[in-house]
Amino acid sequence: MSNRANLVGARLLQAIPVVIGVVVITFVLTRALPGDPAAYFAGDAADEASIQQVREALGLDKSLPQQFVVYVGDLLRGDLGTSLSTGQPVLSDLARRLPASLELTLAALVLSCLLAIPLGVMAATAPGSWRDHLCRVVVTAGVSLPTFFTGILLIYVFYYLLGIAPSPLGRLDFIYIEPDPITGFYLIDSALVGDWETFAGSAKQLVLPATTMALFTLAPIARMTRGAMLQALSSDYIRTARAAGLTGTTILMRYAFRNAMLPVVTTLGMVFSFALGANVLVEKVFAWPGIGSYAVDALVASDYAAVQGFVLAMALLFVALNLIIDLAYAVIDPRIGFDG
Amino acid sequence: MAEISTSSNSFLRHTAYVMRQNPVTLVAFGLLAFLLLCALLGPALVPYDPLASDADILQPPSWAHWFGTDQLGRDVFSRVIVATRLDLAISMGAVVLSFVAGSILGSIAGYWGGWFDAVISRGLDMIMAFPLFVLAMGIVAALGNTIENVIYATAVINTPFYARVVRAEVNIRREAGFVQAAKLSGNTDLRVLALHIFPNALPPMMVQVSLNLGWAVLNAAGLSFIGLGVRPPTPEWGIMVAEGAGYIISGEWWLALFPGLWLMLAVFTFNLLGDGLRDIVDPRQRR
Amino acid sequence: MTEISRRSLLATGAASAAVLPFLRALPAQAQGSDVLVTVNGQTINSLDLHRTGTNRPSYQVAINCYDRLVSFGTKPSSGGGLEFDYTKIEPELAESWEVSDDGLVLTFNLRDATFQDGSPVTAEDVKWSFDRAVSLGGFPAVQMKAGGFTRPDQFAAIDEKTFQITLDFPSKLAIPDLAVPIPFVINSKLALANATDDDPWATEYLHQNTIGSGAFKVARWVPGEQLIYERNDDWASGPAPAYKRVVIREVPSPATRRALIEKGDVQVSFNIPSKDAAELSDKLVVNSTPIANAIYCVGLNYNFEPFQDADVRKAVAYAIPYEAIFEAAAFGRGNPLWGEETDRSAIAWPRKSGYMEDMDKAKEHLAKSGFADGFEVPFSISLNQLDWMEPTALLIQENLAQLGITVTIDKIPGANWRTASLVEKRLAFHLEGFGGWLDTPDYYFFWAYKDGHLFNSSNYRNEEIETLVDTTLHIPTDDPAYEPNVKRMFEIALEDLPRIPLWQPALNVALNGATDYEFWFHRQLDVRPIKPT
Repeated sequence: MSNRANLVGARLLQAIPVVIGVVVITFVLTRALPGDPAAYFAGDAADEASIQQVREALGLDKSLPQQFVVYVGDLLRGDLGTSLSTGQPVLSDLARRLPASLELTLAALVLSCLLAIPLGVMAATAPGSWRDHLCRVVVTAGVSLPTFFTGILLIYVFYYLLGIAPSPLGRLDFIYIEPDPITGFYLIDSALVGDWETFAGSAKQLVLPATTMALFTLAPIARMTRGAMLQALSSDYIRTARAAGLTGTTILMRYAFRNAMLPVVTTLGMVFSFALGANVLVEKVFAWPGIGSYAVDALVASDYAAVQGFVLAMALLFVALNLIIDLAYAVIDPRIGFDG
Repeated sequence: MAEISTSSNSFLRHTAYVMRQNPVTLVAFGLLAFLLLCALLGPALVPYDPLASDADILQPPSWAHWFGTDQLGRDVFSRVIVATRLDLAISMGAVVLSFVAGSILGSIAGYWGGWFDAVISRGLDMIMAFPLFVLAMGIVAALGNTIENVIYATAVINTPFYARVVRAEVNIRREAGFVQAAKLSGNTDLRVLALHIFPNALPPMMVQVSLNLGWAVLNAAGLSFIGLGVRPPTPEWGIMVAEGAGYIISGEWWLALFPGLWLMLAVFTFNLLGDGLRDIVDPRQRR
Repeated sequence: MTEISRRSLLATGAASAAVLPFLRALPAQAQGSDVLVTVNGQTINSLDLHRTGTNRPSYQVAINCYDRLVSFGTKPSSGGGLEFDYTKIEPELAESWEVSDDGLVLTFNLRDATFQDGSPVTAEDVKWSFDRAVSLGGFPAVQMKAGGFTRPDQFAAIDEKTFQITLDFPSKLAIPDLAVPIPFVINSKLALANATDDDPWATEYLHQNTIGSGAFKVARWVPGEQLIYERNDDWASGPAPAYKRVVIREVPSPATRRALIEKGDVQVSFNIPSKDAAELSDKLVVNSTPIANAIYCVGLNYNFEPFQDADVRKAVAYAIPYEAIFEAAAFGRGNPLWGEETDRSAIAWPRKSGYMEDMDKAKEHLAKSGFADGFEVPFSISLNQLDWMEPTALLIQENLAQLGITVTIDKIPGANWRTASLVEKRLAFHLEGFGGWLDTPDYYFFWAYKDGHLFNSSNYRNEEIETLVDTTLHIPTDDPAYEPNVKRMFEIALEDLPRIPLWQPALNVALNGATDYEFWFHRQLDVRPIKPT
């Protein structure tokens, strides 16, 4: 167990340079963005004097190194600054929006895994069969469309034409009151207090965007499962196991699947990170108040504090995620060492 | 674990075998050929100038305009076909760049380990720690709205995917018996790495390539959706779908549907190719 | 902001419990006539218009939650429904007012009104609010200056109910400038109680709270999601609004907004694309009001050498396919501004430019110019305004190619657009869409044609225009010099063509289940007059 604790400690130490690097790169990247936030936010008819006033108020009249020092100082105090586009402290914006994005992404991933992993295993058990081909075609079709297109298509068909989906107005229709924030996940929060009407309301809102995202993440998970299963099934130890007379199901689930999980977990981690980033477009279409759409708007408006805060939050999330993946690796495949 | 045969003859025979075994792969190669043909000859074949506007705006598909016309009366069919070249160039350019960079970085990190591994892995973690699409957006926004920058941005965000796969595969095998044997028989590290270890990383990488070719197209489309893509009036599937998506609710479905179908066709082709390529390059499936 | 918890909402009584049936999802039509739901595509980023960094969509909070001294009257609009009438000043918080004979002293008598915390509105509150508007800087100070209000010492509370403004010079813009959203009246006692030494104007408190005497207050605000107004039943400055609660929902995708309004799940969709306006007008009520004193135009920058040549500018003006642009970019919504002016009076503005698409004339002019072989020029458009700018740019690009002028289209991100086009004025060839809040042509010229002024993105300078605008800006419209001066401005501007007018844009608003929408110059949704059908 102490070995495991050391491992976690070592991983956290390794994460420090990553986070520092992210902070520096983000700072440089935001400052490299074209555009002058002072002019943008000074208002429509602001003259040069008032733009200068805004610039000073934002601290943008200082030199870049000075700005960086101020920024790092604020960061160390836990102050992410105030977003210009929403007028709120970035920290509270993120605290409100991150659960929205996570809820959507996780719902999509769960949906996707429920479909994709069985499909992948099924395809791998009979490579070259019609089931294999069907699986390939189905999951590939899902990933082949841009998410914003799928999203609008789903709205068109299920809301506009058929009228069976709720209006695409974000996390909850306006006739519901959002649950008291406990975790920020509406599904969990409403379930915790036993408000099943709100639970149903937010679940309904979740269906279309989660389906859009799930369709998109089906393919990488299914094909990685298939690929890894195939590789595992053709490996020496499976042949040995077969030779030793173990049954097909035991081999499949106990040995092959376990070994195939390694790349699948890596893929899942990557897909999660990718999906959280790619949420952007789905969030825009479904008016989902997540961090993706927040980041895009901030980037387009050169809203430095918001972009920096967003990237930092995502980076920390990733460090945590990678740690979990690495630990999962160590559990699944003892061959991997962590001396590096 | 056999050493990879370099005989092109046996490679071709194996390819033909894979094709026979897997009709979907055959179809995928057929589609790829079709797309390449569009990319090469498209501009010469299309019935209209893809940039010329016309008074017949927003016409539904007809004999004169197979895919209808857009808000400026431009022929959607011509634009879709002409866009093939640019879209393939963007995705392939990005994937080649990230494949090469990822292979080199991943091999070094996985084989030599130690400081190399630490530095490269932290560097890759750093890129991965960024929300990828937003990183791509940031790069394009900061460097400027050009096709080259879209390619670079896409390559940067894809590189860690290859590097991590290669690193993991190389790491697992660097102490393996066949590696020791190859070293003992006098091969240099580089040779062992390139010829004995790296090929084992190819099958999972091929799956990545196929996915990434598709993702690259989608990534460019996403950038277009938020306005950071190619310059108008250059035809490009992503921007056509993005603009067309706004017309679906109002009933002009052809504006998004046809470029979307074409885009889907391309991504579909790339993805289906993945499994086929994997079967072709997988040393273990050779006989 | 006032954080409404679930319980306090429940506690607001039977009426709101009926309005907000948390436990049952009612179809939209059955929600009753108490709640209005509107959608728009933009984020409200502050409840305080005076604060630095407050964006345009946030102005509606000042309009709906606060009172000004005066307002404009209304008249039937060519775009359907009603629109503001610039010529009619009407009382809001001020019951009556007098202007001294020299036009320098404006005295306002306040009506008996109370703030939403029950305290009375006094002249002291008005003075504090006006002081704040001119002191915090930024756009509010600029807009106040347009009416001649620059310093706190111009404002005085004579007694409890009498407020006085002393001007440095008489101006026809002074009283109209009091009807714009900026000089709204704040509960100064409450604000001061929440002010700090670092923040004497209580910007942090007002950023989150509405403390006015207006028709609504903000009951809940989640930036990026929604804002909920709740009616102030004690509003004294106008007829009580029909809706008890108004939900302003933010939906970024225009396609989604269209689906929502078409299905009737929302009652008002504000600022919809022209294409949707054109198509929805058969099914729903769509108001497309031409925006007063606003023009979409092509800017030719005088710093770019070819555009210093008058013949090049005219060649461009004759090469623009106005009709096609108006159809493709505006879907026929708004007023055409090309061809000869025949209908409108001699000083009506915006007016037709006299130019039309005529490639032969364009070629003639280019041949006469110093750039007969054409030239290359980047054409800049804003990423935030692609809906009209992109089709316009593409059609112009195509026609100019026939003249040998090679145009490359440059999309500029929103944050950079203002800096590049208006502040640095470095875009050689671009599109511009300024609209003046105060509706007189000289006001437009002041911003868009005077050297160095913000919306003069063409770096245009003409000595006669400089003097004409300065002498005309503040004189009354019935002054004998006014009409000839304005006519002369038009003449020069349309001859010199630093800006080539394309069309007068319209603000499109779709209503489904609501009525009595009014168009206002500030181009924000005034929810006060809207009623259920």
